[in-house]
Amino acid sequence: MSLSSFKFLPFALSAALLLGGCGGEGGSTRTLLNVSYDPTRELYQEFNEAFVKHWEAETGERVQVTQSHGGSGSQARSVIDGLQADVVTLALAYDIDAIAERTSKIPADWESKLPDNSSPYTSTIVFLVRKGNPLNIQDWDDLAKPGVGVITPNPKSSGGARWNYLAAWGYAIKQPGATEASARDFVQALYKNVLVLDSGARGSTTTFVQRGIGDVLISWENEAFLALNELGPDQLEIVVPSVSILAEPPVAVVEANAEAKGQADLARAYLEYLYSAEGQSIAAKNYYRPRHPELAGAEDVARFPQLELFTIREVFGSWGEAQRTHFDDGGVFDQIYGL
Amino acid sequence: MALTKGAAQSSRRVLPGYRLTLGYTLFYLSLIVLIPMAALFLRAAELGPAGFWEAITEPRLVASYKLSFGASLLAAAINSVFGLLLAWALVRYSFPGRRIVDALIDLPFALPTAVAGISLTALYANNGWLGSIVEGVFGIKVAFTPLGVLIALVFIGLPFVVRTVQPVLEDIETELEEAAACLGASRWRTFRHVLLPLLTPALLTGFALAFARAVGEYGSVIFIAGNIPLVSEITPLLIITKLEQFDYSGATAVGVVMLVFSFLMLLVINLLQSLSTRRLGRNP
Amino acid sequence: MSATPMRKPGSQSRYERNPATSEKPWVKYTILGLGLGYFALFILMPLIAVFYEALRRGWGPYFSAIVHPDAMAAIKLTLTVAAISVPLNLVFGVAAAWLIAKFEFRGKQLLLTMIDLPFSVSPVIVGLMYVLLFGANGWFGVWLAEHGFRIIFALPGILLATIFVTFPFVARELIPLMQAQGKDEEEAAVVLGASGWQVFWHVTLPNIKWALLYGVILSNARAMGEFGAVSVVSGKIRGATNTLPLQVEILYNEYNFAAAFAVASLLALLALVTLVIKTWVEHRAHGRDVVVSPERPLPPAATVQPALEKVA
Repeated sequence: MSLSSFKFLPFALSAALLLGGCGGEGGSTRTLLNVSYDPTRELYQEFNEAFVKHWEAETGERVQVTQSHGGSGSQARSVIDGLQADVVTLALAYDIDAIAERTSKIPADWESKLPDNSSPYTSTIVFLVRKGNPLNIQDWDDLAKPGVGVITPNPKSSGGARWNYLAAWGYAIKQPGATEASARDFVQALYKNVLVLDSGARGSTTTFVQRGIGDVLISWENEAFLALNELGPDQLEIVVPSVSILAEPPVAVVEANAEAKGQADLARAYLEYLYSAEGQSIAAKNYYRPRHPELAGAEDVARFPQLELFTIREVFGSWGEAQRTHFDDGGVFDQIYGL
Repeated sequence: MALTKGAAQSSRRVLPGYRLTLGYTLFYLSLIVLIPMAALFLRAAELGPAGFWEAITEPRLVASYKLSFGASLLAAAINSVFGLLLAWALVRYSFPGRRIVDALIDLPFALPTAVAGISLTALYANNGWLGSIVEGVFGIKVAFTPLGVLIALVFIGLPFVVRTVQPVLEDIETELEEAAACLGASRWRTFRHVLLPLLTPALLTGFALAFARAVGEYGSVIFIAGNIPLVSEITPLLIITKLEQFDYSGATAVGVVMLVFSFLMLLVINLLQSLSTRRLGRNP
Repeated sequence: MSATPMRKPGSQSRYERNPATSEKPWVKYTILGLGLGYFALFILMPLIAVFYEALRRGWGPYFSAIVHPDAMAAIKLTLTVAAISVPLNLVFGVAAAWLIAKFEFRGKQLLLTMIDLPFSVSPVIVGLMYVLLFGANGWFGVWLAEHGFRIIFALPGILLATIFVTFPFVARELIPLMQAQGKDEEEAAVVLGASGWQVFWHVTLPNIKWALLYGVILSNARAMGEFGAVSVVSGKIRGATNTLPLQVEILYNEYNFAAAFAVASLLALLALVTLVIKTWVEHRAHGRDVVVSPERPLPPAATVQPALEKVA
């Protein structure tokens, strides 16, 4: 063998490395990619199966749905950086706004494309405490008392955790005679009690349940139900505060991506099916509050306690405003940590 | 790793492959390392000097530098002491299972950091095997405190000191110690004045490697740290946090700080290595 | 040179038999106790914890976690990534070592530092760099999108990140060895009329094969285990772009702890196999004309003499 054949080997290998990326696309089955956040895995596992069956019955076409789960913000960032999502189903509107703002892949008015602000299911923020509720935690103000160990994720790194923070703020500002300053003091006292600020919601639940840290976990209602069932109905119980926030996890078609793959129709039908009787039942079964409870199983719906819920629009105006005031660098959240 | 200078004969002409290997090395280095790094620097440069300075000196970041660098220094120091003991035990003594211990030293290197993170957390949480003992006996919490960060970084850096000291220790001739013993020196004195000076360059190299590795560590620390702002947030976590908020320039600015630091650390390591080569009279 | 491989288990080491190089029993046992206690605390216990947690619910759940389609896809992806990135770094390592050991040129020290650099770059930054390059808003993002290439959130991105973190390993093993060996043999072969390829294949390769294998083993272990850098560029698409370490995190986040530790134990097992092979390689390499760590001569009298004077 001569030197010349040796010469091109490394270049050929490098070229192979770069070309590896262009394969893939042309399968016969259409594949939808749903980019979602962590706690929706069980929901979409069930929903995807139902949708595939429904679509086949309706059109005779067999499709596939693949999932990607992660922190809501990092999932949005992946889509911004080019992840080929057909639909996004995230934890908060701010993350979908970010995709719309930074790319032209989602129209700016995405929220009005589907009913109910494009949130087919909702949830709220509740508390998970140890069995018997030894500290007798009943409402938000119990969380700010000295000596209570609170677990909640970091709202700066976890989108879901911003709902937790905003729920606490909303409670404080709705108290008689409350002002901005009193709300800030309350939230500050609450976060002073936080023992571990995990980077994501699931990390917080693990810390609270598996590691036995803290007295109360601030959690999405669906997460609290799930943790109760999966990790210890005999060790934990749910406490519902007097008032909380209506968490509206939104969904949207990433139109540019779906169109490029020739499946905008499929993507739209997929999201619309979330509003159907079957979609709503599956959401309720997985502890998300259905927008249309009459369509879901009565038993599932009965599990959701009644409480006063406020929306982000009522208290904060919009996600953009809430984000700017509270979570941007130098915002209220940084300030309460003395930054 | 010092270079043979001076004896630059016309060997360039005798052996083939200079242009090929130089071309390929630079091509591959550029593709994998240099171009991506240039992207990072240029992106950070968009901030302008004032903006850059502001981005890298936020109080929360400064606190994280202190934790990342402080815990890394401490972890590397702990590893230097115990790594030396362990290397000594492996080279000098025979005990059952020595081979197995020797092989497992590299585990932190080969074990994925996420796996290390969750198993360390499971062990050192206050309901874990070790965490419960420590809390019971000393009343201190390990996981979810800066101490947890330290534990993870000690784990990550453990192989480096052992693996740099071990070969040097193996190569030291027994004649040296025999001569010292003949001159009436105690074991401690011999260690202090004969062995330790010979081991110091290797120890320093191991220390620097463990330190450099620890500063950038993310996967294993994140599970055990607690991540409270100003208390137990490490710098790589803040890069992730900034990305989560779509603050690319801020993230790259911090990235540049860490990258420059890595580069400086490597220069120091290379210096230490050439020092150790000279010290031991090694001929590269 | 080292007596290590000749030692019989249970017998005393040559150091312990020699009164000048042995310590009082209490010193010895203190060192052993501290050293091994440290080892147990930081290495043995975490390793045991992984397998304990994995098998906590028995072998059935253990195996079903491993044969789950997502886990199998992750295993396949991880093996693919290692199978491509390791050979690429191998070729690079050989080329760079040949360049640095056999030729003199300016900027060599800088080149060496550059080759080492990936070792100490935070994995998070590695991922970020590739996003800045190949992301939709990156330097090449638009061009790539127009031509239908996908780098990040696909195999090439995961490969690039993996190659970056394993970049120095082969080169770092080979460079000191090839420098120590010099170039006399190769020059002689060339003078005798051998071609470049023949020289490499018949003269250089036999001399470096153990160090080469050692470097490959290290690269491979690191390639399969990388988490931070890959997680930034993977996109985390189930059954498609999740590597084994990412799969561990996902299962963990699903409260599926037994399965998370089961997959983790696979990786730990892989690490153990790596270490066994590594030990075997070192064993084979020992006592031959080629050793993994270049042999060092006795410290010269100049450094020893003053030290001895101080002692006396």
